[in-house]
Amino acid sequence: MRALTWHGKHNVQVDTVPDPQIVNPRDAIIKITATAICGSDLHLYDSMIPGMSNGDILGHEFMGVVEEVGPANTTLKRGDRVVVPFVIACGKCFFCDHKMPAACDNSNPAEKADASEIAYGYSMPGAFGYSHLTGGYAGGQAEYARVPYSDYGPIKIPDGIEDERVLFLSDIFPTGWMAAENCQIQPGDTVAIWGCGPVGLFAIKSAILQGAGRVIAIDHHPRRLELAKQNGAEVLNYHEVKVREALMEMTAGIGPDSCIDAVGMEAHGFSPDNIVDAIKQETKILGTDRPHVLRETIMAVRKGGTVSVPGVYGGFADKWPIGAFMEKGLTLKTGQTHVQNYLPDLLQLILDGKIDTTDLISHRLPLEQAADGYKNFKENQNEWTKVVLLPH
Amino acid sequence: MINRPREELYAYWRDFSNLPTFMENVKAVVDLGAGRTEWTIAGPGGADVQLTSEITEDIPGEKIAWTSSDGSDVDHEGWIEFKDNAFGRGTETRIFISYDPPAGAVGKVVAKVLQREPRVQARRELRRFKQLMETGEISTSKAPDAAPRGDRHF
Ligand SMILES: [Zn+2]
Ligand SMILES: [Zn+2]
Repeated sequence: MRALTWHGKHNVQVDTVPDPQIVNPRDAIIKITATAICGSDLHLYDSMIPGMSNGDILGHEFMGVVEEVGPANTTLKRGDRVVVPFVIACGKCFFCDHKMPAACDNSNPAEKADASEIAYGYSMPGAFGYSHLTGGYAGGQAEYARVPYSDYGPIKIPDGIEDERVLFLSDIFPTGWMAAENCQIQPGDTVAIWGCGPVGLFAIKSAILQGAGRVIAIDHHPRRLELAKQNGAEVLNYHEVKVREALMEMTAGIGPDSCIDAVGMEAHGFSPDNIVDAIKQETKILGTDRPHVLRETIMAVRKGGTVSVPGVYGGFADKWPIGAFMEKGLTLKTGQTHVQNYLPDLLQLILDGKIDTTDLISHRLPLEQAADGYKNFKENQNEWTKVVLLPH
Repeated sequence: MINRPREELYAYWRDFSNLPTFMENVKAVVDLGAGRTEWTIAGPGGADVQLTSEITEDIPGEKIAWTSSDGSDVDHEGWIEFKDNAFGRGTETRIFISYDPPAGAVGKVVAKVLQREPRVQARRELRRFKQLMETGEISTSKAPDAAPRGDRHF
């Protein structure tokens, strides 16, 4: 089959690789009909996440049609249409039992689990196409993918609904939704969201559906700010205003009730601390992230407010404003998305027409042009807001 | 911590012939009767190592301990213990495995096979045991031809 493979920093290409096959009893093989490039794929493209090997198949946001199922799988059958969560979870361990599939004990193979246990003090769950830290599973930017524990994660999609309306159930929709849910929004709350990329846009849509009175979105790409505005947000361009001052002004000196960092470790920005972070990260000596946005959210949120972090961080942060964090009595909520928990309800929102999941798609490309998609998604963030790849 | 009842874990382990499903170097375990078992361990270059052991302690549902019997190539001992978690979070499972290879050239080869990072090895065996007991399979991201263990569970 054809698949998009990683070959080092800023080097991905579509290769011919062996077809996946059923390995374990609960597996399924999915023929992929639509897959997307995610913002967090850019961390791999930029070689910011360790544990990649030459030839790894990328892609963790995908859907398709069941081609084959393993003998222990009683829920799926050939021909079912499914969206596959990017988090691989067994459905049987303590954490899966307690509605925390993104903390699954079992989905990271034993020989891969040591690395994250050392780095993070626990073993990360498996994920598709996302480095050997998360299991080294082949991803979905390919014609076919093997899906482990496929009787637990994937959600069946009724016929007659287009792929691109449901594709983002795989990752960015539940990720944006959980980011908003972590803010525990009370009716009428003001929510400020840093980053109007795909997750930021879904966080805007979700915060409004969850009852926010006001959403303020922060970015510097005009096209992304325009999308945020179309989705009901007021917008701030951080090239034009001082963000914290503007937020204080807009909230009569109170600050937003909650702030969402939908940017993560590769924050842009030209403040001195951010430049220092960038140098450290580039040299890989200290392995620090660039937590510029995280600092800004902590400084801007109101006293007693909540900071929610769906943005990906990988290593260590310094200059953490612990004083402000403690004195203001803040709550910080983070985590990889518990995708499986949200799927039935979010699918229903789509079926009921309560949310438009397609307005952020700027480009639809055949899989063969995936490398071009990566390059442009990275370099032309203003126009390339979301890329969907079509392998078949 | 394994999210399955103690008795079930004990029963699977007590049938030593099950162990090769999740123990990486163990190719086969044959029950010789009377608590004695013969183990075939894969060595480098296809040379297998044989060892025999006998059960020294057997508390149904709780603990199994074993040690090498006379004539075994390798002195070894081990135990596995299952305890209900006090807060209902499953079965606390602890394992101890120790090898004491004989001296000499053969001994060195055996040591290489058995004692390479024994802590890491034991942690991985236990993780695979947990995966198999909780999910019915052993997680792998390898391609099928590189993961021959996959078809053992069908
Ligand atoms: Zn993603
Ligand atoms: Zn699990």
